[in-house]
Amino acid sequence: MNNVDLLDVRGVRKAFAKPDGSDLLVLEGVNLNVREGEIVGLLGRSGSGKSTLLRLIAGLSQPSAGTVDYLGKQVTGPAPGIAMVFQSFAIFPWLTVLDNVELGLRALRTPEAEVRRRSLEAIDLIGLDGFESAYPRELSGGMRQRVGFARALVVHPNLLLMDEPFSALDVLTAETLRTDFLDLWCDGRMPIKGVILVTHNIEEAVLMCDRILVFGSNPGRVLTNMQVQLPQPRNRLDPAFRELVERIYVEMTTRPATGVLSAQAGHMAGAGIGTVLPRISSNLLSGLMEKIAAPPRNGVADLPAIAAESHLEIDKLFPVAETLQMMRFAEVSGGDIKLTEAGLAFAQAPLDERKKIFARQLLNYVPLAAHLRRVLDERPSHSARKSRFLDELEDYMTDAAAEQTLWAVISLGRFAEVFAYDDENAMFSLENPV
Amino acid sequence: MNQNALLGLPRSLATRWDLIAIVVVVGLIAFLGEASRGLLEPLAQLEATPLSLDPVHLPWYAARTSLRMFAALGLSLLFTFTYATWAAKSARAEKLLVPILDILQSVPVLGFISVTVVFFMSLAPGRVLGVEFAAIFAIFTSQAWNMAFSFYQSLRTVPTELREASDAFLLSPWMRFWQLEVPFALPALIWNTMMSMSGGWFFVVASEAIAVGNTSVALPGMGSYIAVAIERRDLSAIGWAIGTMLVVIMLYDQLIFRPLVAWADRLRVEQEPGARAPRSWALEVMRRSRLVALATGTFNATVRWTSWAFPIATIRVAAQGRSLGRMDMIWFVALGAMVAFGLWHVLRILIAGTSIDELLPLIGLALLTMLRVFVLIALASLVWVPIGIWVGMRPRVVEAVQPVAQFLAAFPANLLFPLAIYGIVTWQLNPDVWLSPLMILGTQWYILFNVIAGASGIPTELRYAAENFQVKGWLWWRTVALPAVFPFYVTGAITASGGSWNAAIVAELATWGKTRLEAHGLGSYIAEATAAGDFHRIVLGIATMSIFVVVINRVLWRPLYYYGERRFRLA
Repeated sequence: MNNVDLLDVRGVRKAFAKPDGSDLLVLEGVNLNVREGEIVGLLGRSGSGKSTLLRLIAGLSQPSAGTVDYLGKQVTGPAPGIAMVFQSFAIFPWLTVLDNVELGLRALRTPEAEVRRRSLEAIDLIGLDGFESAYPRELSGGMRQRVGFARALVVHPNLLLMDEPFSALDVLTAETLRTDFLDLWCDGRMPIKGVILVTHNIEEAVLMCDRILVFGSNPGRVLTNMQVQLPQPRNRLDPAFRELVERIYVEMTTRPATGVLSAQAGHMAGAGIGTVLPRISSNLLSGLMEKIAAPPRNGVADLPAIAAESHLEIDKLFPVAETLQMMRFAEVSGGDIKLTEAGLAFAQAPLDERKKIFARQLLNYVPLAAHLRRVLDERPSHSARKSRFLDELEDYMTDAAAEQTLWAVISLGRFAEVFAYDDENAMFSLENPV
Repeated sequence: MNQNALLGLPRSLATRWDLIAIVVVVGLIAFLGEASRGLLEPLAQLEATPLSLDPVHLPWYAARTSLRMFAALGLSLLFTFTYATWAAKSARAEKLLVPILDILQSVPVLGFISVTVVFFMSLAPGRVLGVEFAAIFAIFTSQAWNMAFSFYQSLRTVPTELREASDAFLLSPWMRFWQLEVPFALPALIWNTMMSMSGGWFFVVASEAIAVGNTSVALPGMGSYIAVAIERRDLSAIGWAIGTMLVVIMLYDQLIFRPLVAWADRLRVEQEPGARAPRSWALEVMRRSRLVALATGTFNATVRWTSWAFPIATIRVAAQGRSLGRMDMIWFVALGAMVAFGLWHVLRILIAGTSIDELLPLIGLALLTMLRVFVLIALASLVWVPIGIWVGMRPRVVEAVQPVAQFLAAFPANLLFPLAIYGIVTWQLNPDVWLSPLMILGTQWYILFNVIAGASGIPTELRYAAENFQVKGWLWWRTVALPAVFPFYVTGAITASGGSWNAAIVAELATWGKTRLEAHGLGSYIAEATAAGDFHRIVLGIATMSIFVVVINRVLWRPLYYYGERRFRLA
């Protein structure tokens, strides 16, 4: 058994069929192995396919190509030695803590006496004693996730899969749970041999993992495989810790990913109306620009620092930074973000002026916004149906992405006052209500 | 439930809660046992012992009627668990089963009884059982469809992560059904069962005294009692019947539904903050009783044991989306054959002897009934929406009024018809106008309690904001109250409208002794055809009514519902 990896993922590809028959590729050429005694982190933004990969490993779905081997045997469905902890806990609201923990053992036809003994052990281990007969609704989020952990540990899995287990918790609770988990893990008190942790929190990955796989999007794939050599327990303020965090930021912002973030000015990847846009509030854009423009930064900021200060995780921060870069308000490279002249001007202008600058950048650099405006200008009625643009976008992306992209442009366009949109009739027009 | 139910012996033999529980449980069993005695009697016996209007017999009649309700409810649950599960689990079956359910919902319930009674009587010839079957089936048809719909919809909306968790922890399909799907669906199912029971009372009263053409049977029960009272113009007997019914419904409410709702509250996945958990004294008695705990403990152990009987799950997930295989082709061919068969039968009955001359007046009658339903819904809305909003804004009043409104919705309004008819006959009023309100007598409450629910859900901050900005009078109604209750109002109005169409069959043709009152409409057309045993006209009438209900739902109510959900639902 020592020669065989706990988990071996080879050349995995996953595509979902779109309604029109074409395929949507979410994972391509993914290799991953987990050895005994390792915590492996899958780090990436939403849409990088890391959660999909976790579900393939859990046997909840099957890869379109490639293999997932657990202890040398191919995974074709949920396997008894692999347990999972969910982001939203996924504990049964109608079962008590004890019943929830016992459920997995019952499914395995464990004798009743052993079910009770092992469940109480797991509850004890995870710090839930006293809560056995409580219903989930009576528990705080942190306690609920502890139930999630106890339920996973009680089946004595070899491999524990964790899907952003701390992201639904507040900062302090999450930290307590992480520390407790690491304590148990380092003392070898849990019956598990390996862990896979999916996260979009860079610091969490560096804090907990022995190895971090950084994922890129479109399609999801492994960009880098980083070893974390720091001894446990780790200190977030340790310079070596900070340096690693910084390195991952650089990695995620300079790698030749297909995201707009990495694109060089002048030739953007996928430029044209076919680019999928994230829905970002104009308040967030203004806020970030103001923050970067203000002293002591004066227009240049370190992404990790700004992330920590504004409590934005990469899931949120990167799309904002990307949108700024797309509109030529900022440039992102090497883990830094630097405002352009337009960005600086925007940050210093009053609201009326801001809207003008915003409108100019929007029409010049966001092809979909320019296209929308052109259509409205050319038509005698100066109005157009939403479905007209949706159909156009759906040639390039999924229906959901088209809807999201159009709403992103609607939100930006409304702020810039370059067009109006009436959702009641699903109509674009040039007239704002007087 | 109670973990320690089976561990350790009770210190004393029984608590006082046990005593109460024993009385309740044994009482229920005795009541039902008594009531089921008459089932196997020959029909002749039934004819030999005519119904007595002596109020002494009323508890016995009520027991017989309750038994029918329970039997139908059991059937409805069985239907729900099988039909809805099948529809939710099989993409192929779903394509057919769901539209069928949707149509069945629109068929007037009383239509079923006239069509099926002969068939059921032939199943147990010469015995009461056959007629009982027909009556139970009629109640079943008034209950099953919306229960099945609710269960189907719940199964389709089980949260993904809970589904994944039960897969990842290798729950067998059987365990998954009982540990995940049923608990998730129960709160909505219980609510729908309550609604079904209300409908059931209405139709049990209408289906006990069965008269289709030459076949005329009166099963012992509340409905037949009322029928005889009407025939003999006995106003005091009707008063007794109404009183008995009040008691029976109260018992149902207190002993069955309130405990169920209070118990099922824990099954709800989301809890809106501030909503008070429903309570029930009966549930508390049962919880505190050790004997009941022992019974539920045994039940839980049995359920656990059944999951052992299934092999350990080996869940295999499909690698890719379904493709259209040979099985699909076979399925669709079979489907087509079934549809063709059904169509042929319907056409054969309808076309044989149906002419345009017959059809046109029928549509006219349907339009008349439609006019009545709409006018009544409008009138009821004018009255109940403002009252509902007023009540809903006052939590203390809500607590007092809401149970009453729900109770009134459960009360079979047709028990009150004789009083109204007596009035119409006495004052010689125009039946075309004055019979109409009967259609909405029992269904208007749905509007009231839905509006109350909506108004009490208006966020306090929104109300404070309106006060703060001096939003008053018509502006307040237009911008605060009416939009906030709109989605709830539509839900209530849909139920009320559906119920009123059904009630038309009973309400548009009424008798008081030898006096016969008739309002022109589709309801009286069907009622008359039923009385005459004219199958051709029965089917024609029912088909017309079903089509009208379906079309009105699609054209008016459904768009209104989605509009309300989109525009006015307070997230």
